[in-house]
Amino acid sequence: MSGAWIIAPVLLPALAAPFLILALRHDLGRQRRVSLAATWLLLLAAAGLYALASDGVTRPYLLGDWPAPFGIVLVLDRLSATMVLLAAVLAVVVAHYAARGWDAAGRHFHPLFHFQLMGINGAFLTGDVFNLFVFFEVMLIASYGLLLHGGGPRRIGAGFHYVAINLVGSTLFLFAVGLIYAVTGTLNMADLARKVREVGAGDEALLRTGASLLFVVFALKAALVPLHWWLPRAYAAAPAPVAALFAVMTKVGAYCIIRASTLMFGVEGGAAAQIAAPLIAPAALATLVVGAAGVLASRSLSDLTCFAIVWSMGSLLVAAALPGVGGLTAALYYTLHSTLAGAALFLIADLVAARRGRWRDRLAESPGMAQVSSVGGVFFLAAIAMAGLPPLSGFVGKVMILDASRDAPAAAWIWAVLLGTSLVVIVGFARAGSLLFWKSGSAAGDGDAPENGPARGRAGPVAAAALLVAGTALLTAFAGPVTRHLEAAARQALDPASYVGAVLGPVSETRLSGR
Amino acid sequence: MEYLVASAIGALTAASVYLFLQARSFPVVVGLTFLSYATNLFLFAMGRLEVNKPPIIAPETSAYADPLPQALVLTAIVISFGMTALIVVLALRGFLESGTDRVDGPLPADDGPGPAAERPARR
Repeated sequence: MSGAWIIAPVLLPALAAPFLILALRHDLGRQRRVSLAATWLLLLAAAGLYALASDGVTRPYLLGDWPAPFGIVLVLDRLSATMVLLAAVLAVVVAHYAARGWDAAGRHFHPLFHFQLMGINGAFLTGDVFNLFVFFEVMLIASYGLLLHGGGPRRIGAGFHYVAINLVGSTLFLFAVGLIYAVTGTLNMADLARKVREVGAGDEALLRTGASLLFVVFALKAALVPLHWWLPRAYAAAPAPVAALFAVMTKVGAYCIIRASTLMFGVEGGAAAQIAAPLIAPAALATLVVGAAGVLASRSLSDLTCFAIVWSMGSLLVAAALPGVGGLTAALYYTLHSTLAGAALFLIADLVAARRGRWRDRLAESPGMAQVSSVGGVFFLAAIAMAGLPPLSGFVGKVMILDASRDAPAAAWIWAVLLGTSLVVIVGFARAGSLLFWKSGSAAGDGDAPENGPARGRAGPVAAAALLVAGTALLTAFAGPVTRHLEAAARQALDPASYVGAVLGPVSETRLSGR
Repeated sequence: MEYLVASAIGALTAASVYLFLQARSFPVVVGLTFLSYATNLFLFAMGRLEVNKPPIIAPETSAYADPLPQALVLTAIVISFGMTALIVVLALRGFLESGTDRVDGPLPADDGPGPAAERPARR
């Protein structure tokens, strides 16, 4: 595989989506087949790129062969390859789940799905701040459509909020881009990493404002407290496969925070060096508390999953805010784990809702449901993974975070809050599970059956959720090799000089210094 | 001129923040529109405010206007215009389906249609 394949994860969905909407608009059966094939191809490409990146070389791809600071670049390193692979794995499972009926609830599910993948992959791969904005917009525009898939007043109400908050986020992004461009004259990330050091004394305040605004936008995407209020509302109203895919969208925010705070505004970021680090850690601890409280207070399984996602973003960013390789490795491991576990829980909430008639996924006693043992079993495993009980990957991730934070000045706070909120989350999940799977069915049952009877059980959708849980089990079983790979990714991300050298090349290095 | 442009951007932003904190959908939409105008003006200003300068580097000119912000503004305008159209449609649909244009308070409980009947076992 050569470097030209770096564009494949962007190009493949970009070709698949228009083809689906132009050629196969009226034929859902063929749409499904083409969409699934394209998603599997995407997984293949992502796996190939991961193999390519695992030699530790940072590879730029110059669009149109314009040299780096002037044209747009995509950059493949271990970190971006890992994130693209994660998105592709999730996409395959979600596409199969959606093809079981959700895609017929409204129109154009599959084209929007591929546009969303294009935006997500582009955001992971791009090496240019304005291009990142454009890919954010591609991702968000597709997500507006997906969130509204199927319609209904609840989704439209939630969609209005979601679109409004993201439009504000986009304008903040543009303000940030404007400020950064005004003081540095570049938007290429590698070039920025070098230029921020040379910003004049009079412009330092502008640079700091721009950098802070950028982090606010990323924190909004990552649902960091106090910018998390949009998430439970939007995700709980979204169709289940869409919510499962959205689980990776919050990770785009986390990825951008990691990328920006290692590459552009890292230790050598001049006036804006590590500008966000002192704020991210307390905000992440607050996210843990709010997320855990939400888990305990939720009244439906999808709400509970949303707050569990918020909680897991807190754990992830606590780790990401720690200095050094250990914290970043833990954060990456937790990213993989929480994406799979969160997506599995969204699918399970949908399975439960489909099997309980008018009770939907409300946390209340109801008559029994079909396939209570298999759905309940998958929920049990997913809840163990998400809450971080041994033996699944949440536990491994949490141990890594605790271990990495041992030398941090706020170690006592991190340990206390992380472990305390874990307990609350375990209680929340235990309550939900016992209400849904144990008390239901045994308690009621006197002519109180769901209107149309328990939905006919099929193994396929349950298998999709089980597959995601199996993913977390694999993460646990191969925790050693996975951690070694992620540690290499963290090391590479924490070495901005190699990134800058790979993108701008040694030629321009000498040319600039010779001036 | 700097003072004029800066205060115009500030006034637009202040008006938009006030408007999108309102509880009805129309002021929110207008507020977002104002905010996108403010952003566009701001992006123009980020290449420094220049008058009567060519946007290209030519041998006979000593100073030039930065053409990049204009390209960025164009992208931003297209995106914000499209999104404004979308949110107007959303606001209308929300009003027609729920009978109110309030955007605060709890969401309607109706979940909307779920998945259609599961597909036949054979694809």
